Amino acid sequence: MFYREAGDFKTSYMDDSETFPIRFDRYRYYFVLFAAFAVVPFLLNDYWVNAVLLPFLIYSIAAIGLNILVGYCGQVSLGTGGFMAVGAYACYKLMTGFPDVNIFFHIILAGAVTAGVCVIFGLPSLRIKGFYLAVATLAAQFFLVWLFNRVPWFYNYSASGQISSPERTIFGFPVTGAETAPWTAYLFCLVFTVASAIIARNLTRGMAGRKWMAIRDMDIAAEIIGVNPLRAKLSAFAISGFFVGIAGALFFSVYLGAVEVGEVFGINKSFLVLFMVIIGGLGSIFGSFAGAAFLVLLPVFLKNLLVGIMGWPTDLAAHLEFIIVGGLIVLFLIVEPHGLAQLWRLAKEKLRLWPFPH
Amino acid sequence: MANGVRAQAAAGGGIVGDVVLEMENIILRFGGVTAIKDISFDIRRGEIRAIIGPNGAGKSSMLNVISGFYHPQEGQIWYKGRERPAMKPYEVALQGIARTFQNIALFEGMTVLDNIMTGRIRQMKSGLLAQALWKGKAEREETENRESVERIIDFLEIQHIRKTPVGRLPYGLKKRVELARALAAEPSILLLDEPMAGMNVEEKEDMSRFVLDVNDEFGTTIVLIEHDMGVVMDLSDRVVVMDYGRKIGDGTPDEVRRNQDVIDAYLGVSHD
Repeated sequence: MFYREAGDFKTSYMDDSETFPIRFDRYRYYFVLFAAFAVVPFLLNDYWVNAVLLPFLIYSIAAIGLNILVGYCGQVSLGTGGFMAVGAYACYKLMTGFPDVNIFFHIILAGAVTAGVCVIFGLPSLRIKGFYLAVATLAAQFFLVWLFNRVPWFYNYSASGQISSPERTIFGFPVTGAETAPWTAYLFCLVFTVASAIIARNLTRGMAGRKWMAIRDMDIAAEIIGVNPLRAKLSAFAISGFFVGIAGALFFSVYLGAVEVGEVFGINKSFLVLFMVIIGGLGSIFGSFAGAAFLVLLPVFLKNLLVGIMGWPTDLAAHLEFIIVGGLIVLFLIVEPHGLAQLWRLAKEKLRLWPFPH
Repeated sequence: MANGVRAQAAAGGGIVGDVVLEMENIILRFGGVTAIKDISFDIRRGEIRAIIGPNGAGKSSMLNVISGFYHPQEGQIWYKGRERPAMKPYEVALQGIARTFQNIALFEGMTVLDNIMTGRIRQMKSGLLAQALWKGKAEREETENRESVERIIDFLEIQHIRKTPVGRLPYGLKKRVELARALAAEPSILLLDEPMAGMNVEEKEDMSRFVLDVNDEFGTTIVLIEHDMGVVMDLSDRVVVMDYGRKIGDGTPDEVRRNQDVIDAYLGVSHD
């Protein structure tokens, strides 16, 4: 079966605004969903889940969140690590404060709390733009990490200053804590990732997304045709914060289990997610996945290659890994500044005519 | 009917349609510079109203006052019979005043279709939650508004570039897309800031045709700034002439053409 749109007629405007307008794409999407939900859980082991799949799924959510803010609405944020920390701590406080409520709702509520915090730190965006806004969000990053370190209430006065997630179950299967099976953790995160992607896609192809992109492309023109800049920007901060908060909550509760805020949610995290968004492609949901996959898989792949296959010492491999990943990022930005999503788009354009390009 | 209006207006007769927008004794200052000096004029439903004048006469400032970018220090604006308080530009837009810009202000990263759909902001009111689920009101609105947008796309003959990102389009088409986006709002008043700037004769003719058709077919009230005298005299029902922030003429194209002040402003005065 070729990648074709010929003969694939649209008979309603609803069909035309579908996420995957080409039939082949649509089938591939269903296939990926089916494989992710029904095939992968039977194949995975502990290593795959902890080294690859969980970080990929969780970073994808964070990247989608940041992409809405940076890629769609054009508001640069360097506070992602701090906002993930808000999600993590909100989730922790909710889990310990209301142990009877299902963790599923805790994570969503943690997202909502983060959305609120994000809106507060988004208020300066109404006055400042570009680099200056980035610096303002940087302040959020440092302030939030400081706050969670210094105020014992947030970590329930524990002696170590860490937060660690108690065991919680869904339908009787533990999803957090030491007893969690790899496949339950995987499926739990997968549900959130898929839901986030669908919601983000729906928002960005509708009026909300158009308002954000209008603000991004030319804020004065957006205002003149009736976009309220205050509401558009703050709603982007809220939605972005919601996803980033969910990612932070999952990162803490399901993936790591125990967190020391300065170490896990430091400025490095902000840059990592920002790199994912830039490498994957600004303003593209697929790009968020691609960027997350690239930056999660590449180190794992390099480590396996250098240590496992070529037998180099671990410390040397670890340093080389930094050099190679850094070099690739630079190379990438030079060769294709619009990211992996753009490469994918170009490949699809070519495929539409392949194998007869004339 | 709109034809009739123009015929009557052009003949110098009475003007049909009630007043939509009335500017009353507008004074606009930037520091020590007075850009608009005590100007009053009105805009009637269904007419094409031109504002002309030499460079720096204050035409664009006038348009910016109407669309809420500038707030005049003195004077009142009456919109649909009510005095309009100082408003933000987006509130003015939501009241039904749409505009285009002298140097195109489109959203370059979005497709033509998305650009025009953004113009429907007044008509789309579903909440974020409905949009997130793409169900119910959000889905219905999307389809209904797409229909009216498609009508405008047909009207302006830009079907072939529907899905093209605006950044890739040539200048003339961008101007047309911008007109489409303003039209999509179904505005009560459409402000066009030099719609023919930088166009060749053929493109100008196309654009003039579209402006007339818009006025005819949708009955849209149009306020127009233009430098090309021929275009202005042919298109408009009534003309305001500005010079150095003052109004020096107001009336049908014929009246304006005979006005001695206007001739002086455009051709200069002999000092003998």
